[in-house]
Amino acid sequence: MLEKTLGSLIRDKGREGRRGYTLPGFDVEKTDLEKVLPQKSIRKEKPGLPEVDEPAVIRHYTNLSRKNWGIDTNFYPLGSCTMKHNPRANEAAAAVPGFSGLHPLQPEKEARGALRVMYELQGFLSEISGLPAVSLQPMAGAQGELTSILMVKKYFEDAGDEGRTTVLVPATAHGTNPATASMADFKSVEVGLDEHGCVDVDELREKVDETTAALMITNPNTCGVYERNIAEIAEVLHENGAFLYMDGANMNANLGRMRPADAAVDIMHFNLHKTFSTPHGGGGPGCGAIACSAALAPFRPDPTVEKDGDAFHLVRPAKSIGRMSTFHGNFGVILKAWNYIKMHGPELRDVTEMAVLNANYVRARLKGVYRVPYEGPCKHEVVVQPPKGMKALDIAKGLIDHGYHPPTIYFPLVVKEAMLIEPTETESKETLDDFVGAMLELAESATEDLEEAPIHAPTRRLDETRAARQLKARW
Amino acid sequence: MSVPQDLQYTKTHEWVRIEDDVATIGITDHAQEELGDVVFVELPEGGTSFEAGDSFGAVESVKAVSDLYAPVGGEVVEVNSALEDAPEKINEDPYGGGWILKLRVSGEGDLLSAADYEKLLEEEE
Repeated sequence: MLEKTLGSLIRDKGREGRRGYTLPGFDVEKTDLEKVLPQKSIRKEKPGLPEVDEPAVIRHYTNLSRKNWGIDTNFYPLGSCTMKHNPRANEAAAAVPGFSGLHPLQPEKEARGALRVMYELQGFLSEISGLPAVSLQPMAGAQGELTSILMVKKYFEDAGDEGRTTVLVPATAHGTNPATASMADFKSVEVGLDEHGCVDVDELREKVDETTAALMITNPNTCGVYERNIAEIAEVLHENGAFLYMDGANMNANLGRMRPADAAVDIMHFNLHKTFSTPHGGGGPGCGAIACSAALAPFRPDPTVEKDGDAFHLVRPAKSIGRMSTFHGNFGVILKAWNYIKMHGPELRDVTEMAVLNANYVRARLKGVYRVPYEGPCKHEVVVQPPKGMKALDIAKGLIDHGYHPPTIYFPLVVKEAMLIEPTETESKETLDDFVGAMLELAESATEDLEEAPIHAPTRRLDETRAARQLKARW
Repeated sequence: MSVPQDLQYTKTHEWVRIEDDVATIGITDHAQEELGDVVFVELPEGGTSFEAGDSFGAVESVKAVSDLYAPVGGEVVEVNSALEDAPEKINEDPYGGGWILKLRVSGEGDLLSAADYEKLLEEEE
């Protein structure tokens, strides 16, 4: 069934001996392989490469590409992923030969333009966060988290404070937060929520002690709710000598409106590939740049870019945790984010205002039919629950038949049957109205009909349970 | 939703049956229903000790991974190794074949009676 709808693998196509290339004749004398290579290096069997002609290759990949689903083909309201339009002006900047032809080992004086872009982006992120120091090294959001927590760890080691063994994580946290804490060799301890879906400050007071290294908070949190007690939370941590780390996955709700440094955040990461519109999905490439206070700045990864007169230099911070990625990080992403910020200038604030307005429009139109667990306006994303008795999974599968990528479902974990919708600022009212129309129609559907969905996708509903229980990671 | 009267419960939706000094532990019918199809259970090693409230393992469903918490303190005497190949037993028979582990009890926990657990479920609705 899968083969019929998705097509066979390229290795199963073609015939023995068929080829899509021609090579010129030998212009050197033929030599016996065994004379030039040791026996152990000579292959016993053929490598099993696809044996296909050129039209077959072209058709195979063209057909696969037509089954692709992305922000360039459809509305993609995947909560906490900020699937906004990727402006083509970014691509034009990245295609400039002076950038695209650069080698990462090019001497500094021959890569001044690229280093200037990195230096300026460090400055932009510093201005947006209010934090004085930046590193562009991490290649993903989760790596930005890990970088930050490793810096916190090194800070305490450097200070001779050996008792800091725990990292606090709210119940709404992204799964990567406790995973980061654990990878950095901390014990992660969960903090519960109050009735608004925000960190319970009383419980936080009970759990913070001299073993706490940091709290990892996402603001606004994954319920799309602004952590209104953030100043008090920072105070509780700082009184105990611990750091406040902010997961910047939701910075699309904050640009020009909330500066993390003003909320006494010590260190944070950005997702350049979300907030600043560089293409993502399918696992990358990304950039999880971090920004931090002066106290943590000496521990940043190697290298950062510094300016000396007219020259730019790659510099290793004094007490650096070392490298987090090769060379300069994902330079293509850095360049596109720089371009996006330069295009907007001070109007970056409009991005946030429109993103929040769009989320609240969807919220207001779904409310009444869908359940909204947290009262009051949301930020850039909204969490809703299907009508009683209906499953988020069924609605999500139904949306595929309506031509939409489903929102995030069953996350955040604290909301039963959660559907986390993030429309972003780049969608028109018409697109939002069509999406809301589909959501409302699905809410009226009979459960047995919805359980059949999707009907119009290349594959019908997949048996996710069996796939997970009988995991086959290779063929 | 089935809540057997002869068992004790936790606020985190585990059940426990204490016979002599051995506690048999699993997750409730409500918990398995909320989780959906269970696809993997992470079990502790025999001989490990836990205090009441400690996380002793995790259960992974198609929706999420959830920690399991020890209702009482004690040392692991047996784990239900059948769950490694057949985690669906937790969905099919949460109070029987879907039991998760047995502890030799050494510490008391904050347990609920069946009636109190039923009340908790009503409140959560």
